[in-house]
Amino acid sequence: MNGPVRTLAVLALVLLMAALLFGLLAGIAFVLPQTPPWLDFTRLRPLHTTTALFWIVTGAVAVMLASRTDAVGKEPHLPLLHGFLILWAGSLAIVLVSYLVGQFGGREYWEFPPWLALPIGLAWVMLLIDHARALRGRGQGAPMYLWMWTTGLIFFLFTFVEQNLWLLPVIRSSYLRDLTVQWKSNGSMVGAWNQLIYGASLYLAARVPGNEALARSGKAHAFWLLGLANLMFNWGHHLYNAPTAGWLRHAAYAISMAEWLILFDILRDLRRSQAGSTGTTFSQRCLRAAGHWVLLNLILALLMSVPAINRYTHGTHITVAHAMGATIGINTFILLGCIAHWSGFDGARTGRWPRVGLRIAVIALHVLWSALIVAGVLKGWRSMGLGMTDHAEVMRPVMSVLVVFVLAGAAVAGGLMLVVIPLMRQVVIARQEAPTEPRVSA
Amino acid sequence: MKETAGGSVPKWRSRTLTLLVLAFVANTVAIYAGLFDGRRIAPDDAAMRGRSLWQAHNCQACHQLFGLGGYMGPDLTNVAQDRDPDRLRTFIRYGTGRMPAHPLEDADIDALLAFLGWVGLHGRSQVPAEHVHWTGTYIIPNRP
Repeated sequence: MNGPVRTLAVLALVLLMAALLFGLLAGIAFVLPQTPPWLDFTRLRPLHTTTALFWIVTGAVAVMLASRTDAVGKEPHLPLLHGFLILWAGSLAIVLVSYLVGQFGGREYWEFPPWLALPIGLAWVMLLIDHARALRGRGQGAPMYLWMWTTGLIFFLFTFVEQNLWLLPVIRSSYLRDLTVQWKSNGSMVGAWNQLIYGASLYLAARVPGNEALARSGKAHAFWLLGLANLMFNWGHHLYNAPTAGWLRHAAYAISMAEWLILFDILRDLRRSQAGSTGTTFSQRCLRAAGHWVLLNLILALLMSVPAINRYTHGTHITVAHAMGATIGINTFILLGCIAHWSGFDGARTGRWPRVGLRIAVIALHVLWSALIVAGVLKGWRSMGLGMTDHAEVMRPVMSVLVVFVLAGAAVAGGLMLVVIPLMRQVVIARQEAPTEPRVSA
Repeated sequence: MKETAGGSVPKWRSRTLTLLVLAFVANTVAIYAGLFDGRRIAPDDAAMRGRSLWQAHNCQACHQLFGLGGYMGPDLTNVAQDRDPDRLRTFIRYGTGRMPAHPLEDADIDALLAFLGWVGLHGRSQVPAEHVHWTGTYIIPNRP
């Protein structure tokens, strides 16, 4: 990792630490019977979700750039990347300050005043131009991770622009159209950053001697298309209970059920890998943990995607369990593994604490995830099954379960800090030789 | 599945990709054009101002509309239809144990209630059991 890519990785890790801190404070504010003014949940929640979202996207860009540099043998264009970094980090700093002083105006996950979307969007355009320069001359036959990164970069920009269409009166004046566009963009954006992250992990897997053909296999092509279909159409589950056209609901349901294919494939690979070597570097431990969470979260996602089940889970903490499982269990573990690989953390003398921290985080995440599911089942049953309408009464038994969630969250944060602090030190001191030969051909 | 040699692309991939992109573009254009809107109910000025206030005070951090939003407070999709407006005004102005007080002007509180009233006209947040189809999906009528 060199220059701005290393700066991006450090920024991403700082954002992860901030997301953990704000998440813990927001969790405490949630379970306290009365919130002191300095623990204002309306500020802590966007501070947590924004730092978490930007950790994932910034980290995904950093590992994509490190992997792409290695893959195509071409450094990123420095002026473009510096421009991206300045606009991205500068806008984010203003966003966080606006939350701290209580200046909102946007929408869920993007609560900042809308004008800040301009520099963020412009930053992404610079990243896209750099990507186009790096891949110039490569044909359709490029390995799948290059396709995944390109897909992720294009769709992130598209969905980010779409997220701001509510500013147009023609969208804003129809509540259901606005709601549909909002959750279409939010849902597809998750698919976009997943393309960046999964592409980076596919590249790591394909880099292992003997695995070179992995990124050109028919299975890689098929799963990329399935991921793309999910990105494009699977967002409808956010809107199952909104009275939009039935077509949106039925298409999302059908596409979601295609994910059973991924589940069967994971289960088949799991059975095969039980006999083989699984590797012991820190990156491999992180990727293995992520693989485990892909399985757990996919089962939960598949169940939630059945509208008749979603009727009980929608608007409950089961949705939060799914989000936490995906952002921590999958995205964070893959990103930490990739950053560890590209910074040389695997080969460095790091002691046993990062491994202990990872183990604590994985175990505590199981507790956190389970507590959220129990909380969601209780809320769903009391409101839908028993027909309770008084919110305080519905939530009465749920709150004690959420105390377990907050305690487990503290353990997840503690475990991840044991990983992040030495990893950040490694990223700061890491030097990577400039690439000479591309590893892949077009 | 068979490995593909470097530089070659399976034909089925190109065809599937073309179909996916076409379907995505058609779907996006149809959504923007309002073909999938379901119920179309035009808001009045007060409702639009109420929406701006909803966003400016970040009400979505704690409250949901159609199950989307924060989890601290109740879903407010149908609150304007189901609860007494004076009680709601008191809740907003003075807060409760967990909800902070919002000392807003009367006109602002009325605008917030107008916004919530407009949202609630579109349907119920909770899907009744009779709308669940045997395939597991919902069949929600487009008229209240």
